[in-house]
Amino acid sequence: MTVAPSTPMERLPEKPVSRSREIWQTLIANRLAVAGLVVLALLVLMAVLAEVIAPFGINDIDIPNRLTGPSMSHWFGTDDLGRDVLSRVIIASRVSLQVGFIAVGFALAFGVPIGLVAGYYRGKTDSILMRLMDILFSFPAILLAIAILAVLGPGIRNAMVAIGLVYTPIFARITRGSVIVVSEEVYIRAARSLGARDGRIIFRHILPNVLAPIIVQTTLSLAFAILSEAALSFLGLGVQPPNPAWGRMLAEGRNFFQQAPWMGIFPGVAILVTVMSFNFVGDGLRDALDPKQKSVIESRGQSV
Amino acid sequence: MSEPLLEVSDLQVYFPVYGKGLVPRHINDVKAVDGVTFQVGRGETLGLVGESGCGKTTTGLAVLRLIEPTGGSVVFDGVDLSTLDKRDLRLLRKRMALIFQDPYASLDPRMSIGAIVGEPLEIHRLTQTRADRDDRVGELLELVGLSPDYRNRYPHEFSGGQRQRVGIARALATEPDFIVCDEPIAALDVSIQAGIMNLLEDLQDELGLTYIFIAHDLSAVQHFSDRIAVMYLGRVVEVADRVALYETPQHPYTAALLSAVPVPNPAVQRTRQRIILEGDVPSPLNPPSGCSFHQRCPKAFEPCPHVDPALRTTKRDHDVACHLHDPALSGAAGA
Repeated sequence: MTVAPSTPMERLPEKPVSRSREIWQTLIANRLAVAGLVVLALLVLMAVLAEVIAPFGINDIDIPNRLTGPSMSHWFGTDDLGRDVLSRVIIASRVSLQVGFIAVGFALAFGVPIGLVAGYYRGKTDSILMRLMDILFSFPAILLAIAILAVLGPGIRNAMVAIGLVYTPIFARITRGSVIVVSEEVYIRAARSLGARDGRIIFRHILPNVLAPIIVQTTLSLAFAILSEAALSFLGLGVQPPNPAWGRMLAEGRNFFQQAPWMGIFPGVAILVTVMSFNFVGDGLRDALDPKQKSVIESRGQSV
Repeated sequence: MSEPLLEVSDLQVYFPVYGKGLVPRHINDVKAVDGVTFQVGRGETLGLVGESGCGKTTTGLAVLRLIEPTGGSVVFDGVDLSTLDKRDLRLLRKRMALIFQDPYASLDPRMSIGAIVGEPLEIHRLTQTRADRDDRVGELLELVGLSPDYRNRYPHEFSGGQRQRVGIARALATEPDFIVCDEPIAALDVSIQAGIMNLLEDLQDELGLTYIFIAHDLSAVQHFSDRIAVMYLGRVVEVADRVALYETPQHPYTAALLSAVPVPNPAVQRTRQRIILEGDVPSPLNPPSGCSFHQRCPKAFEPCPHVDPALRTTKRDHDVACHLHDPALSGAAGA
């Protein structure tokens, strides 16, 4: 059943402009983001293959060769027990990435649904959920994580929970803000006019349209989560000895900083490189996904 | 008028206004729709016209209960919508649809055309298999004059007129009886408008649809509607058959609106008398006493600032809310 020839078919250009390709091209044009991506890829590869790559065992104690500087056999030198610093840095990358991903995954799993519900239903639900988030948010992140670990006890698993909990309100806030904007869109009213349930509207229509800022925040939060894990391990609340962690190695290296600076420098550099890579990728993604944010950065650049 | 499919009586939509402060106090209401009554017959088109802010879109949304009415009733095919719970209302949405003004905002940018048109089928489980759904989506796209090959494209690849066709295909997916068209051509290029109007008209003939057609463009409504309701400040001031309304408008506001429509004949256009209204539309937050039009009305007389005129039938199928046409007062009007 076709209607009257009075409605001629309009032609479309043959090649559609893909939005994902456009985003990818913007990202690729950003050199820092590309550098970050490459470094991150190498880091992940290193973490996965850690046991194969590491030249020595992490707990191979070699007292006669303790505190030797970087050499052909020990590229990053040895620590106070004669353990190979390079091997320990490589193995520790596993912990850092693992804690980062799991903690941020935890924050996403709780923060995004809270933000979706609060932003969609508004009113009392919104007030109660967001005031709870505000309470969590009002504590300095590290202090809150320390307090949580003081209750749960130190250890890597509890560190993940603590960091995840600390980052939950950030995701709840970012999600809620975008949800409030998108909920006012006409296509949401259109979905409602078709008889769509709240669940369908939230997951099929709202979530895909608020994903961009969440993705950007995820990347940036990975950097901070890794930094938080390093801080907690530095304080002795994260990974427990004799297992290596960058923060923990930094703390141990502090005691020998005068005789053996390599003990602290290399784990420190590892943290720096990882965190900076995540930040560069995050910034690049934000520029590519969110043109409004970009214009803010550009205008700031011009005014200075 | 044929047997009514939709009966709206004394519909009210008030938006509460709260004061500032820690515990906001309810100060006042914006009376966006304030006692609107009309019927729409089966297979008929009711045009709803009025200037911006007169409450015509709000009326359209409240009729579908997409905005909760503050008062009054909407009876659709014998069912009072206000009595339905969330679930029953959702089921009834299969029979009612809405076409939007802005085709750029009404399609989810993350969904393909096929997913958009197929969504109502999915919601109401009208097709069993994926293949069935694809077939039906293709049928619907063809029905509105689009190629079924477009199903994998995204809204941003289409022009305004094409998007509006997608919106119409989505509205038709559940085979509704009744569609509210909320200024479906106002956001389109003039060259595209006629195509969409013809499409809506053809669909009505073919599928026996009932429309409420909201517009601020009187000429479009005249062409399209069987009956026309003129709204002013949240009220219906005149309802009549389209010929009667255009040839013998009774309300001074209708007359003023009609005099603003350009005539496609320069000689007539130059010599005809235009009624220019003074002032602006009053705030619906604080409407004037009596007849809400009296401050701008060229024919206002003694009772107008004091007594609110009711909508009354003056001729067959012609209702007007104006003291000029009240037989009890007409002597005083000197008209």
